[in-house]
Amino acid sequence: MKLNVNYSIALTHILSRKRQTITAALGVTIGMAIYLFMNSLSAGFTKYSRNEIFKSNAHIKIYQDDEMSKPLVTHKDALTVIINPQITNTSKKIINPEALLADVKKQPYITNAIAQVNFDAFYSRGSTQIKGTGSGVDIMDNSAMFNFGEYMVAGSLKALQDNKNGIIIGSGISDKLSLGIDDNITVSSSYGVVKVLKIVGIFSTGSDFNDSSKCYTNIVTAQQFLKEGPDFVSAIYANTPDPDVSQAYVDKLKNITQYTVEDWKTTNADVLAGDSVRGLMMGAISLSILLVAGFGIYNILNMTVSQKINDIAILKAIGFSGKDVIRIFVSEAFIMGLLGTFAGVCTGLLMVKIMSGIYVGPPIGYFPIYFELHIFAGSFLLGLGITICAGFFPARKASKVDPVSIFRR
Amino acid sequence: MQDTVLKTQSVSKYFYDPVKFRVLDDISIQVYKGEFLTLVGKSGSGKSTLLYCLSTMDTDYEGSIEILGKPITGSNIDTLAAIRNENIGFVFQFHYLLPEFTCLKNVMIPALKLGRHSREEIEHKAIEKLEMLGLGEQALKPASKLSGGQQQRVSIARALINDPAIIMCDEPTGNLDSKNSKIVFDIFRQLSSEYGQTIIAVTHDNDIAERSDRTITLEDGKIVA
Repeated sequence: MKLNVNYSIALTHILSRKRQTITAALGVTIGMAIYLFMNSLSAGFTKYSRNEIFKSNAHIKIYQDDEMSKPLVTHKDALTVIINPQITNTSKKIINPEALLADVKKQPYITNAIAQVNFDAFYSRGSTQIKGTGSGVDIMDNSAMFNFGEYMVAGSLKALQDNKNGIIIGSGISDKLSLGIDDNITVSSSYGVVKVLKIVGIFSTGSDFNDSSKCYTNIVTAQQFLKEGPDFVSAIYANTPDPDVSQAYVDKLKNITQYTVEDWKTTNADVLAGDSVRGLMMGAISLSILLVAGFGIYNILNMTVSQKINDIAILKAIGFSGKDVIRIFVSEAFIMGLLGTFAGVCTGLLMVKIMSGIYVGPPIGYFPIYFELHIFAGSFLLGLGITICAGFFPARKASKVDPVSIFRR
Repeated sequence: MQDTVLKTQSVSKYFYDPVKFRVLDDISIQVYKGEFLTLVGKSGSGKSTLLYCLSTMDTDYEGSIEILGKPITGSNIDTLAAIRNENIGFVFQFHYLLPEFTCLKNVMIPALKLGRHSREEIEHKAIEKLEMLGLGEQALKPASKLSGGQQQRVSIARALINDPAIIMCDEPTGNLDSKNSKIVFDIFRQLSSEYGQTIIAVTHDNDIAERSDRTITLEDGKIVA
């Protein structure tokens, strides 16, 4: 291979100072590995908490928000009637939910949509009572949306579909009331409706709150608990291809319905804020480690420039321009950076691999850390970018060396 | 009529530190092809300063300088670097070889930079130059392993590699013993008379000055002889 003379000089410099080169590259390696590891960890945690959110949340929720009664006066010259604003009693109801659901499902950007009837429930056996919430759902659709089938520990989804008086309860409720499959459970609602239902399934999501409060019934059962007719639905949930841009879909859905449309980000703003703060902190810490590695390269090249000031002067005397000198030293930084980032990526990969094999135990399971190509590619470019910047400043200093002042010393 | 390779027209230069001081005063000279010219004078007479102005490395002067009939005064530094690469070879008092490279590579670098010939041709030529200077055996040794006299000869080979119009030397024998001084001087003498190479050397060695073609003596920045 024919090397440009600048690069061959850079290479000779690098090779004649192996120890310095390795020290500089090692700094980058460690910085890179930690940067990658922390970012993968952060991404893993985010992914985990996303999954937790999507266990019980759809990307988009359509519901009727509480409506306040309005004053009757509309004309400015008319007499003002002062009234006491109140929540109107028709509030929670979505009118003609079947049509709305069909409409929503028809949208090209909606992958899946279901209707739910939610109610407050009290589970009791003898004198023991547990408070919780119930959802009336088409259990198969619901399972398709939330992967609910995965969390079933006893019974089956199919059994609920077949049995109008069936119920699927969380494992927490089952433990506390010591009730199992095929036992009967007494459920009452806040509207005073009391029903005895047969337990056809038990689920465990890993979230203690869900497991000890939630139950699923058929839609009709739920409507009866609310003393509502068969056209009552409390919310429609919809999934989209990309949850990250759910806001755009929300805006589109607002055009086809007058009800409140809310995406999961709004509902889970607190969790997401936590995620982004964690991501920011980990990013900042790991970036500063990488920057320190950059300073390592800066230092070593700065030293090299000072040591080699005679060589730089002679190169300039025999016809190398300032740009050539910059190229020589930036290539040195680039070679160190390339070695360092490459080794760093390998180390990071190894760390991620090892960590992802560690079993943390339920409900998390294996450590939530994954190999993500965009993080690795991004870090690789960032690492190279930082080292090139770190090399540029000493290189510029070298390019400004005045050969005459060196020769006349 | 001889060809002029270098010409200066009333070149003056000032040092400003610590006080304004005129180090070169209205220097007008012409250097002809194949000439072995020496610049002599006491320490502080301005002879080295003049050489660095002629070398294009020092651009802070008044007046004008022409190399091979082209004015170089006021050109940008990258252009000047290219001019040095092609037309000027340097030999310094302290050898100034690149210590990590072999002698051969040291000689080759200016030609690789110029990029006029292929690597093989350059290598061939560099070995030829080293052999001419009696260093054929040392070609593949690292520059730092050679004696001072040998290093100086390598730097002469490097100065010759691009067949420059002018070789400029700043005290080329200043750091050498008398035996090596004689060798170096004989090389210059030979280059000038046999190969028609123009040489401008700053020296305070009277032997060398006497045996050169022409001597310019400076005193307080003025040409006195």
